[in-house]
Amino acid sequence: MSAPFPSDLLVILRHGSHGTNWLREGLDAALVAAAFGRGVSLLFMGEGVTALLRDQQVGPLGQKGTSATLEMLAMYDIETLLVEEAALERFGLTAADLMLPVRLLSAEAIAAQPGAHRLVLTF
Amino acid sequence: MRYAILLLGAPYSCQASHSALRFARALVDRGHRLETVFFYHDGVHNAARLAAPPQDEPHLVDAWVALSTEHGTALQVCIAAALRRGLLDAREAARHGKQGHSVEAPFELTGLGQLVDLGLSCDRLVTFGP
Repeated sequence: MSAPFPSDLLVILRHGSHGTNWLREGLDAALVAAAFGRGVSLLFMGEGVTALLRDQQVGPLGQKGTSATLEMLAMYDIETLLVEEAALERFGLTAADLMLPVRLLSAEAIAAQPGAHRLVLTF
Repeated sequence: MRYAILLLGAPYSCQASHSALRFARALVDRGHRLETVFFYHDGVHNAARLAAPPQDEPHLVDAWVALSTEHGTALQVCIAAALRRGLLDAREAARHGKQGHSVEAPFELTGLGQLVDLGLSCDRLVTFGP
């Protein structure tokens, strides 16, 4: 197969697990696309990298949290998890702090991602 | 070209709805086809049938309806995002035992799969958010 795009959909996630609903609704879009057989890549940028932190609790905020959803990604064949390396550094984190195996991307590599997907959705 | 709009911002809270409407009008004025406006995240509030803004402000809900009537643009609302925010059509209101409904045609409640299909089938999907 010589598809020009490695994946149909790139979902860019720029918000953490709590405080807003952006991450949850972004992940919902990714899961639905994957359930319909589309190839999906996730790109965690900025505060979004904190979504992947290990040992998250649902907490007292009355929100469901998103770590359970992230744990299900493999079941949906969403295995391309891209992370902005500079954002991780800004938060004093390394890939070892994250709950899933990810690929760290430089700013240059990130810039190439939208063009490598047929559709980009940003949350 | 065949366009679609994804609107993620709530009306009267941020600029997104106003900008999306102006972009929509500019598209059809230029002879493009605007297939669908898809409302997701806080954008679902644009479908609120009961919106009653002051008379000296643009009526955003009515403006979407007018766009749809004039140009056949579909107005699709993510059902999961809508229901959790209290936006229900008559059918969903009955199903959930609620009195009254807050969404009516030409807005239609639909699934996120529609958004993905739309994004992949149109020439351009343009997102407006806060």
